[in-house]
Amino acid sequence: MDFRWDIIMEYAPYLWKGTLLTIGLSLISILIGTVLGLGIGLGKMMRNKLLSFPFKCYIAFFRGTPLFVQILLIHLGVVPFFTGETNGVIATIIALSLNAGAYIAEIFRAGIQSIDKGQMEGARSLGMTHVQAMRYVVLPQASKRMIPPLGNEFVVLIKDSSLAAVIAAPELMYWGRAMASQYYRIWEPYLAAAIIYLILTLSMSFLLNRLERRLETE
Amino acid sequence: MIKVENLKKTFGKNEVLKDINVTVSPSEVVVVIGPSGSGKSTFLRCINQLETITGGKVFIEGTNTTDKSVNINDIRTEVGMVFQHFNLFPHKSVLQNVMLAPLKVRKISKEEARSRGLELLKKVGLSDKAEAYPNSLSGGQKQRVAIARALAMEPKIMLFDEPTSALDPEMVGEVLEVMKQLAAEGMTMVVVTHEMGFAKEVGDRVIFMDEGVIVEENSPVELFENPQNERTKSFLSKVL
Ligand SMILES: Nc1ncnc2c1ncn2[C@@H]1O[C@H](COP(=O)(O)OP(=O)(O)OP(=O)(O)O)[C@@H](O)[C@H]1O
Ligand SMILES: [Mg+2]
Repeated sequence: MDFRWDIIMEYAPYLWKGTLLTIGLSLISILIGTVLGLGIGLGKMMRNKLLSFPFKCYIAFFRGTPLFVQILLIHLGVVPFFTGETNGVIATIIALSLNAGAYIAEIFRAGIQSIDKGQMEGARSLGMTHVQAMRYVVLPQASKRMIPPLGNEFVVLIKDSSLAAVIAAPELMYWGRAMASQYYRIWEPYLAAAIIYLILTLSMSFLLNRLERRLETE
Repeated sequence: MIKVENLKKTFGKNEVLKDINVTVSPSEVVVVIGPSGSGKSTFLRCINQLETITGGKVFIEGTNTTDKSVNINDIRTEVGMVFQHFNLFPHKSVLQNVMLAPLKVRKISKEEARSRGLELLKKVGLSDKAEAYPNSLSGGQKQRVAIARALAMEPKIMLFDEPTSALDPEMVGEVLEVMKQLAAEGMTMVVVTHEMGFAKEVGDRVIFMDEGVIVEENSPVELFENPQNERTKSFLSKVL
């Protein structure tokens, strides 16, 4: 079997553009998903069952249905409903953010609940409000424990962004598929894409490991 | 100073405190003893509302703490608490542990919090550990930091929930020593403990609790040497 480097070279600018979009999509979704996740996680932990119910439903829905289905629903249903037209990039960001938000909410909740109850009580017994105790005592400790699962979630999100190819968001996988169908080749486009994804996910893991170690020595 | 009236506390169907009435005067040291599960911790935790009480009233310096208009955080600044398992903040240094609440709750300046914190650490004999982290301390040292941390809020009352129960025997003394000093300075204290020696030496009054009621209370000498109730007798025979 001959490996056609020439078509990879030909497609290199497109793969590059696609990679940049993949990075952009992922970073924006990670950012929105994290903010969303914190809010939803806190919402789910509310003592009032009635108030926490919508947050529980949200998490159940986005964790219990395939991301692929969510992307199609948002791309073909939700976005056109509000704007009157489809937009692959925006639909992907919305779908990835909402989906990651659900997982990140659970990471936040688990992180906060993993902190010994005595910490909250120690802080409250000194006259701190619930918010102060969370901010100065519980969250700083919980956030360290959240980094490994958050890193995991970010890596999953980068990989999942490849689903955007099916709704024509011109990210990395989109150009991989374009290359495959133009030349009827399998190995070159998909291996190239796989290696680029691997570089992205390994870089993400590397950065988070560094962050984790930095926090540990603090 | 502390007045507890008809205090009741239930967890689900489990009636843990049944009609407790206690008054603690200023500078008094009240020692609470009783078998495991009798409700001693719950009693202490009801005083500073770490547990929401089911019935009755708790007054701290004349303020009804269960009154809806009362901010419980203000009450808690006046009532320090020391826990069996220390509950120090592991992500903060010893000095930061002591400084945190005065900074954030009392909103005093950093310099003031620092100098006060160092003073308190000196008082509990831990000046050299100011920059250390809690995990590097022995149990006795941890508990002394916890006492300093509570004192940093300048409380009028201190609650101690088995402060020496989690310690190795050789460290019990150093913590009791700090508590004795506090008592001698006139601090109002409610102490749950199994240290009968401490109760005799420092306690003004001993309360024996069993199954959520106060079975007997008296001066340490009377209660230990001349217990009236059968349950008190059988408990004392096991621990003395
Ligand atoms: N948060 C809680 N939820 C449910 N039950 C509780 C809770 N806290 C305490 N209890 C129950 O209340 C009873 C009294 O507990 P408490 O901790 O006050 O006893 P104690 O006298 O301090 O015992 P020990 O000497 O073991 O510390 C026990 O039966 C315990 O199981
Ligand atoms: Mg107890």
